[in-house]
Amino acid sequence: MEPTDSSPATSNITVRRGEPLVVVKDINKHYGELHVLKNINAVVNRGEVVVVIGPSGSGKSTLCRAINRLETIDDGVITIDGVKLPEEGKALARLRADVGMVFQAFNLFAHKTVLDNVTLGPIKVRGLSKADAEKKAMALLERVGVANQAGKMPSQLSGGQQQRVAIARALAMEPKLILLDEPTSALDPEMINEVLEVMVDLANEGMTMIVVTHEMGFARKAADRVIFMAEGEIVEESSPEDFFTNPQSARAQDFLSKILDH
Amino acid sequence: MDTLLNNLDVFVDGFALTIQVFLWSALFALILGTVVGAMRVSPVAPMRAVGTGYVNLVRNTPLTLLMFFFAFGYPKLDLPSVSYTTLSIFALSLYSATYVAETLRAGINTVPLGQAEAARAIGLTFGQSMSQILMPQAFRAVIPPMMSVFIALLKNTTVAAGFSVAEAGAIRATLSERGEPAIVVLLWVALLFVLLVAILSFVQRKLENGLKVLR
Repeated sequence: MEPTDSSPATSNITVRRGEPLVVVKDINKHYGELHVLKNINAVVNRGEVVVVIGPSGSGKSTLCRAINRLETIDDGVITIDGVKLPEEGKALARLRADVGMVFQAFNLFAHKTVLDNVTLGPIKVRGLSKADAEKKAMALLERVGVANQAGKMPSQLSGGQQQRVAIARALAMEPKLILLDEPTSALDPEMINEVLEVMVDLANEGMTMIVVTHEMGFARKAADRVIFMAEGEIVEESSPEDFFTNPQSARAQDFLSKILDH
Repeated sequence: MDTLLNNLDVFVDGFALTIQVFLWSALFALILGTVVGAMRVSPVAPMRAVGTGYVNLVRNTPLTLLMFFFAFGYPKLDLPSVSYTTLSIFALSLYSATYVAETLRAGINTVPLGQAEAARAIGLTFGQSMSQILMPQAFRAVIPPMMSVFIALLKNTTVAAGFSVAEAGAIRATLSERGEPAIVVLLWVALLFVLLVAILSFVQRKLENGLKVLR
């Protein structure tokens, strides 16, 4: 690994900074008759922050979830850090441990405290001792600003706090990359910023991130690239600035006019 | 009252055995039922098939028949001989486990899908997701119907009386030999069962309040 690497998390990534970490090649998915992913090709380099944007039903969440195989694909290949996504079993579990995931609905384990939510993976999957896992978890909770809630149950927290805990839970696994599937869409407006700030920090620290979001502020501030999807296809791919100020396709122009005009 | 007090030894012995049979059967049914319940939601098709086959076969067999198999079938096999009490525990466990499995399966279905996805996303295996995330929440969701399964089990222990197990269901037969009025004896037995069930209901309420999962 090169000495300039300042990645906060994993040291076990094979590919170097700037080289392809996630490669999506010719993937297709159908829900019955509906063709939700149409021959998708995409590459996300290590350290890159990619925002996936598009109207609902465009397949952006499905693509995001396919990357850690929460959605299966009909054909095509997804590789992460040079390894083809395993189909199932222990190998898949191992790979998922290396891919952080943050959900729209937070999905914190409802019967476990905030601290236990963050320590579960490190203890059960990484084999850390309880003491080490708790130390690490507290540091992460501190970092996302909810350390004082560590003993509470998820339902006692606000949405913004829950989502920050969910980010800490993902980070505790020291993932190679993090997938964020509409992380702020279920939040009240006044809580969106506290989550976005954590995400921007993460991006600045060199974490590889794939973010499905409509938050243009985040895309402008933190993204290296925007992928615009519509009807199961990648329609446009460009820098955030180019995308928001000068969209090329008619569909992107139409979409942006709808989300910008209010 | 005389009926009870004059024959206290029979009542005490009978109910002690009932409680013993109940506790062992409940324990085994809980363990076996949890395993079978997990099998029924397993991603592996053969596991699901075995789980489904077991539930359908055993649950659809009357308990009395199951007891017959154990009481008269088992001794014919070339296996270590065991008491009728133990055999009745086997039968009750196997029988009740199917209900435990089905109740738990219903509970697993109440746990939001996102919980399982989050568990998988941090790299937990199927077994770990089950034991760490899904089962603990499923158990909490099904405490009332699960307690009904155990109450049914408690009352089902009386079927063992028909197979020379001198538990509470056999008290009437024993006491009719001592010339006690059958109706009175039966009323006392019923009352004591109501008492035992009341204890189970109390445990249920405690568990419900203590283990509630807030969403």
